[in-house]
Amino acid sequence: MACIDELDPEVLLRGASFAECRALTEKRCREVYYVDPGYAIFDTHIIGVPPIAVGVEEDAFIVLPYTKPCYGTFLIRVPGGEEIERLRRKGRRRP
Amino acid sequence: MTTDVQDEKQALLVFGCPEVPVQAAIGLYLAGRLGEDGYDVLSAGNPSVLGLLRVSDIQKHYIGKTIDLDRCIGELAEKKRDASLCVIFAHNDAGISYAASMRYLLPEARLVVIVFGRNAEELAGGVDFPCEKIVEKAVHNPGKLRKGIDGVFGWRA
Repeated sequence: MACIDELDPEVLLRGASFAECRALTEKRCREVYYVDPGYAIFDTHIIGVPPIAVGVEEDAFIVLPYTKPCYGTFLIRVPGGEEIERLRRKGRRRP
Repeated sequence: MTTDVQDEKQALLVFGCPEVPVQAAIGLYLAGRLGEDGYDVLSAGNPSVLGLLRVSDIQKHYIGKTIDLDRCIGELAEKKRDASLCVIFAHNDAGISYAASMRYLLPEARLVVIVFGRNAEELAGGVDFPCEKIVEKAVHNPGKLRKGIDGVFGWRA
């Protein structure tokens, strides 16, 4: 399983609040799913205030919040691979 | 499930980034007091914060078991781990996000969020989920924070 750090993530927001990450995901992604804290994408369990918005772009990328204790929350975009189909199955379409 | 799940008095301490000095002192204090109260204490954090705690407690009087924070979140999400008490240290937005996640992952636990640092009051405004809060602008001096903790846990003399 790939590590998110190894996927060369594109940083869309840096040092953002959780509300800012959710708002931008909902604004820029036509396909948005909502998951709960602990939901795993690749080997990373997502942290945040539920429900957490995760987007799919161009049928190929996942947009998700990524929190590290020392660096705060980033909104990142990574190649989605098989995680896109899993997100479509497990995520909710409404908050 | 790990054996930890079966322990009714399992306390989980969730440490944030170690850049604010009071965190390590209060963490050692809390781990020691909870241990005296009969809790099996597990400390979760990144490698830096766990290293600071271990170096300060060479004979393991206070800090017992430790776990990498990401691994801990994973085990909680997969229901491989549980705790009856969870204390989260939060001095930035990430800390509040971890606290909200712990509220979701441990719905039955007693949740105590220690909000500290220069922006403590502003940060505490973002805690809108059920928990007990201790809010103090402590950065270097742990005295007032310790008093708040003593009050919440009934340790006041």
